[in-house]
This record gives sequence, C-alpha cells and structure tokens, in this order.
Amino acid sequence: MSSLLSASSALREDALRRLKREMRARAVKLGLRSWMGWRRGLTSKADPQRSGRVTAEVIEHLERLALVDFGSQEAVARLEKAIAFADRLRAVDTDGVEPMESVLEDRCLYLRSDNVVEGNCAEVLLQNAHRVVEEYFVAPPGNISLPKQDEQEPFSHN
Amino acid sequence: MAAPVQRWSCVGKRWVLTYVDGGSRHGRGAAIGFTSRRKRGQSSVAQQPLITAQKSRKGEHEWAAVVGLEIHAQISSNSKLFSGSQVHFAAPPNSLVSFFDASLPGTLPVLNRRCVEAAVMTGLALNCRINKKSLFDRKHYFYADLPAGYQITQQRLPIAVNGSLAYSVCVGKKPSQVSTKTVRIKQIQLEQDSGKSLHDEPRSQTLIDLNRAGVGLLEVVLEPDMSCGEEAASAVRELQLILQALGTSQANMAAGRSLVTLRRHFQRGGDGSPAETQEGQLRVDANISVHHPGEPLGVRTEVKNLNSARFLAKAIDFEIERQIHELENGRKILNETRSFDYKLGCTMPMRDKEGKQDYRFMPEPNLPPLLLHDTASLPPGADPQQVINIDWIRERLPELPSETREKLIQQYGMLPEHSFALLNEVGLLEFFQNVIKETRAEPKKVTSWVLNIFLGFLKQQNLTVNESPVTPSALAELLNLLDRKAISSSAAKQVFEELWQSKGKTPSQIVSEKKLELMQDQEALERVCHTVMEGHPQVVMDVKRGNPRAINKLIGLVRKATLSRADPTVIKKILERKLSS
Repeated sequence: MSSLLSASSALREDALRRLKREMRARAVKLGLRSWMGWRRGLTSKADPQRSGRVTAEVIEHLERLALVDFGSQEAVARLEKAIAFADRLRAVDTDGVEPMESVLEDRCLYLRSDNVVEGNCAEVLLQNAHRVVEEYFVAPPGNISLPKQDEQEPFSHN
Repeated sequence: MAAPVQRWSCVGKRWVLTYVDGGSRHGRGAAIGFTSRRKRGQSSVAQQPLITAQKSRKGEHEWAAVVGLEIHAQISSNSKLFSGSQVHFAAPPNSLVSFFDASLPGTLPVLNRRCVEAAVMTGLALNCRINKKSLFDRKHYFYADLPAGYQITQQRLPIAVNGSLAYSVCVGKKPSQVSTKTVRIKQIQLEQDSGKSLHDEPRSQTLIDLNRAGVGLLEVVLEPDMSCGEEAASAVRELQLILQALGTSQANMAAGRSLVTLRRHFQRGGDGSPAETQEGQLRVDANISVHHPGEPLGVRTEVKNLNSARFLAKAIDFEIERQIHELENGRKILNETRSFDYKLGCTMPMRDKEGKQDYRFMPEPNLPPLLLHDTASLPPGADPQQVINIDWIRERLPELPSETREKLIQQYGMLPEHSFALLNEVGLLEFFQNVIKETRAEPKKVTSWVLNIFLGFLKQQNLTVNESPVTPSALAELLNLLDRKAISSSAAKQVFEELWQSKGKTPSQIVSEKKLELMQDQEALERVCHTVMEGHPQVVMDVKRGNPRAINKLIGLVRKATLSRADPTVIKKILERKLSS
C-alpha cells in the first residue's frame, strides 16, 4: 500500500483513502500487474497541450453538485476518457461562425394562451410519494449535505 | 435623557459617525441596533436628533454604502409560466399542480403568452431595451421544493435590459423637500417560482406544497446605485406602484410578518395544522457592501428574505452598519448570504449556504429562443396568437404613476408631496377624483380634506379606502356646504365625525339636526356684536388705541356668544365697521 501512496502523489491522500478501501476488496480479484497498469495509465495521461487528469478536488465538487457518486477509479477513468473524446471538438475551426444556442433554434416557440387546463390531480401526484402528510409531500429537513471525505463509507454500486 | 451615543448615520449619500441621543436606541445587546421609527418618505436624519454632527473619534471616517436589489414579482396571470395549472393563493395543498410542475418524466414546458406580454410591458414601462431574441436556461440546485432539480430562467439573454427607475426620496426635514433619484435596471427576466416548504422542526421533516411551483416570476435586477435603506425602500415602493398600475403583478409584500420561505420556521396552530402567513407577490433580495469614498467597492453580502415593506429599509441599514462596524474593528466581511430576522432586528448568516453556489447554467434544451417582433418586422400572414408585437403593447401601456402625479400637479395645482400621498394608498386617488367630480369646492380644499381629515380617520381605525363609511358623495356634499359658507370650518369637522359614526345620514341632515348652520341673519349678528362690545369696553378701548390683536379677542368673544355659528370673517367686518363709526 505504501508504494501505491508514493506512486500516486498527484491524487490527494484523503481521496486515495476512499479508493483504497475499494481497491483492497478488488485486490483479491485483480492481479498486481493490473494495478500497476492503472497507475501508469493515470500518471502518464499527460497530454502536452492539456493534462487529461481530473483532480480529486474536481471530482468532489462535481459529486456535491450533482449528487452523483464516482466511487470507483473506473468511473473517474471513464470520465477522463469522455473528456478526452469531447476535446477532439477543438480541432474544428470555428473562426467567424456564430455559436449555436440549441438544436431548436430555428423552430418556433409555441405560445400558449393563458387558460387553466390542468391541475386538480393531487391524489394522483401524491401516489408517487414515499411519505405524505395531509396532502403535503414529506421531505427531510433542509438540505442534506454530503458527508465529508474522511467520514465517507465506501459506497456499494447498485 | 440617556448619554449621547455614537452611531453611523446616513447623511446625504455618506455614512458618518455622529453623536445621537442615546435614548432612542432599543436595547439589543451586542448587535448594533438601528431604530427605524421613520415613516415612509422621511429621511433618517430627520428622525434622529443629531447633538453634535460629524464629530468622529477616529479622525476622518466616511463610508459610502452601495445597495443593489433583486426583486421577484409574481406575474398576475391565470395559469403558470410553463404549464396550464392555475395560479391562485389559497387552495388545498398540491391541488394546483400539473404533471409538469411535479416534474414527472416525459413532461415538457409550454410558454404562457400572457407572461411574455407582462414582461414586455414591464420592460417598456421601465425604459428597457426589449431583446427581440431571448433565451431560456436551466439553473441547477437541489432543494425539496424544486422538484426538477433546476429552475428555468433567463441567464444568458434576458427579455429586457438596460432600463431605469425614477423614485423620490426626502432630502430634508420637511416633507416638501424631495429629490428624484434614478436607479439603473440591469435586466428583467422571466423565471419559474419554486414550491413552498413548511418546516416542521419537532418532527424533523419538511412539508412540500407545489401549488406555487412553476408560477411565472419577473425578476427585476437593480444596479447598486442606491446608498441606504431609505432609497432602496422608495425604489421598491415605486416599482410596486408601477407593477400595480400595469396590472402585471399585484406586487403585495407580506404585511409586516416575513413570508414562510425556504429557510424560515413557522408557528403551528393549536390543532397542529400549519399556520399560513399572507402570500406576498413581491420578494426582495439585497446586495450590500461598504467602502471609503474614492476607493474600490468592498466585499458584498447578500441579504435574502426581505419580504416586508416595513423591514426592508431597517434590514438594509442594519447590514450597512454591521459591515462598517466589522471593518472599523479590523475584521473582514465575508461574501456570504444572510437573512434578516425581523424579531431580533438583525441579519444572521444562513446556515444552509456553504460557500459559493455553482448553478451549472445550461441552455434549456426544450425551448427554442423567444422571438419578439415590432410592427416593422412582423412576419406577414402570421397567426396573431403566436406573435408578440412590441409596438402594439407599447401603444396600449396604461398610465404610469409618474404620469398620473404629473397630471394631478398640472390640473389641480397640487404640491408634489400631495400627489405622492394620493397615489400611495389603494383607492385614494379614485376617491379623490369622485369627490372632485361632485363638488364645487376648490381642488386645494378637497386635497386638504382628503389627505388630512379623511385619511387621518382611516388610519386611526386601520381601514382601507373601500371600507370607509363616508362615501365620496357625502364628502362632496359636505364640502359644498362649506364652500357656500353655510357652515363653518369647525362645524364641518364635527359633521364629518358624525358622518363617520352614523351611516345613512347626509351632511345636510346632520347640520340641521345639530343646528350647526352659520348664522345667516346679518341683523342678529350685528346685535350680538353690539352686545359684546358693550360688555367689554376695555377691549374696545384697546382696539381703538390701535392694538391689532385686541380685535381677535373681540371676534373670539362674538364667536363664543354665537356658539361658533358665525363666520369669523363676517364678524370681523361688522366689528371693524362698528368700531370705526
């Protein structure tokens, strides 16, 4: 484990601790060679123009914003591959071309007249709710903040 | 009287340390309190007696504050911005919610034409440039009352930009000393409202009602051109009047108490049901910072939850003072979001907001750009239902408050502050105009009676104009009697009071019942004068000797003798004639 720590100096230690637990479980299945390959893959992503690395801070920030759990190094790697794929757009020369706003930009925006035609279906809507109190939806109080890095339990993927 | 205290006060556009009568401060512990006993339209300087002006302990300390506002006004429409469910305040929870409002998968937004027209009208009334093309975006954040996880708004290209709003503030102690200020309007955009959350602390849960989710809002962003709570409150007031005149929003702020918003607690009623406060269609957030004049702007804080007209100025002034106090003591201002606790009278940081929010704006993929036309660019043969013509709307704009006031001043020779007062109360202008129609009395007389006596009675009993027991016709008749000199001024006031108490009686009836008519009999009056003069030879001597004030004493005596039923000017004429003979 210590070799892993020293080798992946780019990753933050606390982020690594999270991945460590995951990897410990997979160590039995994966051979050491695969680990080394992964490490090398991550550290040698250096594209001279733009590093393909997604830092742990960014991952944490994205997880917090989108309430998505990246949990495994595979997901992070997949994300980096996706970004690299999309980066190929930069090869296109867009000088003097107006950016598109949306694929619908040539369509007409339909204007609806101001009449009441919907609603009155509280019963149907509340059927979806896990908990209901007097025709109100019930939610936990305030905003649930994600647990901090060190407090986090390893997530199991569903 | 308590010892004088040092306080930051707004003098002109600057905040200076002044000595103030300490007795005017509420005891509030460590927080710097700012008593807001001022009525609307009066400057803070007028209320606080300055004992020693602008004498500061630490040398030349002058601060300038900048206040910017973000005002959300609920659009007055039948249905919501992107769905066909009804917009209505009091309704059973979740009964005015469509599948789109509840964010069920597969639903799509469909723009409401009325909301676009409302936005264009408001933009035109506020001198904005209407963007012929505007775009919709998604603003992402997670909260239980935002079922989609994002709000559809207009961040990249709003519907109207670069306008201005003119408002008046008092610059001196007299109500007539008003000056007109302008605040620039950065933009006006259409956006969705969120649902309502009712926090139930004891049971550790939040109850969500989506009736309000998806209702159309106009967000009006005012640039930081204002320098204190007074100016901000006046600007908001003027915007309210404009929105109400246009009919685009009812623009009512919560009456005194704060709204139940995202992060407020509420009191449960006795039977455990949540108690609702009055719905406000106008919500205000303020961005406040302070700096030394000539130096760059300071760090700003955002104060949310300013939903009451009464506490708007108070909250902003408190925050300005708090920032000055922090900086004076060498501390820094954090760029944070605070809320105003109206009970404690101070701003507190909001616990839920951790650091700067990243809203991940992205274009709304389900809505094409919104295209507006003017008469020149109208596509031929287009369906009128599907096309909005800015020029057509501009021609049909109703009269704005500033125009109405100007007309009053021109037509009736009214003072500006009176025109303000007439427009400030719902229904008062109409009442005034109805009285004018039916009376022969001078407009100035009518103005004075409506603003002083009529309004005074209304305020005393906390009634609206619609609830007044005195009708415009009744007041008109009373003023006619006064104008004809059938009754004296004091008698008229008596009659008015009587009118207020007893409904159904006309002024003439009351006058005859209470025998309040002025004496018309010239001879009888002369006899009374004669009697009085005979009874008070000393006073007569004083007058003949040339004492100007003595005649008033005689007049007073005659009036008393006639039980206030004689016109003082007539008495004076008779007495003067008698005395000179």
